[in-house]
Amino acid sequence: MTAAVSSSRWRFREPGVIPGFGLTFGFAVCYLSLVILIPLSGLVWRSSTLGWQDFWSLASDPRTLSALKVSFGSALLAALINSVFGLVVAWVLVRYRFPGRRIVDAVVDLPFALPTAVAGIALATLYAPNGIIGAQLAGLGFKVAFTPAGIVVALVFVGLPFIVRTVQPVLADVDREVEEAAATLGASRLKIVVRVLLPGLLPAILTGFAMALARGIGEYGSVIFIAGNIPYFSEIAPLLIVIRLEEFNYAAATAVGVVMLSISFLMLLLINLIQSWSRRRYGS
Amino acid sequence: MDLGIQNVSKAFGATAALRDVSLSIETGELVALLGPSGSGKTTLLRLIAGLETPSAGAVFFGDEEASRRSVQERQVGFVFQHYALFRHMTVLENVAFGLTIRPRHSRPSKQEIERRALDLISLVQLSGLEGRYPQQLSGGQRQRVALARAMAIEPKVLLLDEPFGALDAQVRKDLRHWLLEIHERTHYTTLFVTHDQEEALELANRVVVMNEGQIVQIGTPDEVYDHPAVPFVHRFIGESSELPVRVENGQIWFDDCPTGLASDRAGSGLLFFRPHQVEIAPEGSRCLAARVIGSRRLAGTRRLELSVGQSNRHVEIDVPLEHPVAQKQVVFFRPKVWTLFPTGDKEQARPETVGAKLVFPRSAAGGTLRHYEPSVS
Repeated sequence: MTAAVSSSRWRFREPGVIPGFGLTFGFAVCYLSLVILIPLSGLVWRSSTLGWQDFWSLASDPRTLSALKVSFGSALLAALINSVFGLVVAWVLVRYRFPGRRIVDAVVDLPFALPTAVAGIALATLYAPNGIIGAQLAGLGFKVAFTPAGIVVALVFVGLPFIVRTVQPVLADVDREVEEAAATLGASRLKIVVRVLLPGLLPAILTGFAMALARGIGEYGSVIFIAGNIPYFSEIAPLLIVIRLEEFNYAAATAVGVVMLSISFLMLLLINLIQSWSRRRYGS
Repeated sequence: MDLGIQNVSKAFGATAALRDVSLSIETGELVALLGPSGSGKTTLLRLIAGLETPSAGAVFFGDEEASRRSVQERQVGFVFQHYALFRHMTVLENVAFGLTIRPRHSRPSKQEIERRALDLISLVQLSGLEGRYPQQLSGGQRQRVALARAMAIEPKVLLLDEPFGALDAQVRKDLRHWLLEIHERTHYTTLFVTHDQEEALELANRVVVMNEGQIVQIGTPDEVYDHPAVPFVHRFIGESSELPVRVENGQIWFDDCPTGLASDRAGSGLLFFRPHQVEIAPEGSRCLAARVIGSRRLAGTRRLELSVGQSNRHVEIDVPLEHPVAQKQVVFFRPKVWTLFPTGDKEQARPETVGAKLVFPRSAAGGTLRHYEPSVS
């Protein structure tokens, strides 16, 4: 009887002997629904009242498209920059002992804590053509504040802790003997880093990259102060949503929101898939 | 490649890990560094590999001083206790690593690298597993991959740091035999660290016994087992019991009783013997009398725990399983093979071993070997 029941019904993977699977699973589903799924489906439902025709014309509006391009492009670029330099920061913090290491370690978290508007204003002041850094760059012919480059600067600032904090513990866990083994086999320092260490850190770097990217796509507060917000040039999608809301054009606002949501979801899903592939391959 | 270690010392901060160690190893030898943890044996191995730099002294590969060369240039095969495999690489990639990272001008062709790696994989009996990742292998298999990886660079010496330390007893036994086979086939000069005296005695041509950062004895397994140079070696290798004794009138005395053992030394000393090298003596003869305080079954014999003399010294002896003495309260016995270490006077500090088979030193070039005179009992 039981055999017939269990073979005919789809079953969860054997949850193990420790009780609480039902409870925790149920709670997780409820919680995710309340906190994430219901608000998001509200968004989708709202935009679905538009009809395909209207939705498509709103979504493919040139201003919307350029705002989306600025948002995703600068977030992607900032996450890439952070992947490289965040890795270097994590490396320094894990591998070297120097006076003030704990202070540097704490400073890394500041972008998390600082109100984003403060960060945006501070960066805008620094990078404006008459600011300390901006004046130097202007002398060299670069303009950072009030251009898409300024957006990237702001997103690099807010995204840095994600990479550092995900790579740091994994790097600290790396077995020194693996490096020593590579050295006895004749590998130079550079080859040890590139061939032995980096592949092991890849899953962690990808996680950090995904989080920094997600944060960058949604970032609003710090960007609007430094971006200049020039339509078709340095206007980000979240700002466009606010502008549409202020025009009481709720339909257009939700349309932009839905497009952002779908692209973000697809990108994060893709990164997660790559990650689980690399974890399966390299073992976590 | 001959290997020479000359007056090497190593200090980590204020603690001395090695104190003035000298050792020479001939080409093709299989040498064990044996000692308790903290005796400096792993430090010595890492110094040879170049993973540590000596505070003083020099390491020679042949006639060439290696101490000035970097780890990468030394071309040593190092095997770690916990394998240290590259887990994002397959078995084949792991084994081939040392060849693939060579600079282009000295790197063999792709086919050649793969052929050599596959040869080594079959030498360590892992053919068919070359596509697996390390975490899909058992501990014993991982260690074999590590050894193949170390041999791929055709090392001048093979250094193994507690290679079987993390494996369970059965696998360990298999791997020991297998390592011997590999050594007989490849004849790499091999140095391995172990704290397992059984492993050292079974595998090595020569055993280097270390304690507190110094070499206390170098010798063949027979020499270190039968003719320990210092009490430490007797205690550390094999099982042993010891009694403080006095020598008077050519006779060894314990607690004012003659033991029936003869010696021409005079003064006080420590008498060592092994549990299985004793004979049960008839009551009333000159021997050691002891109270039985415990009896345990060992594989093929019965081990008696005894308390000897008024000072209640604790010793152990083995008797045959069905021997009637196991039922008694008092046992009379006499060591058949024993070693007497004089205490005090440094001049006379040469031990006297009686009863053990004489073993002639193999080669004086291989380090300071002790000479032993034939003994009479």
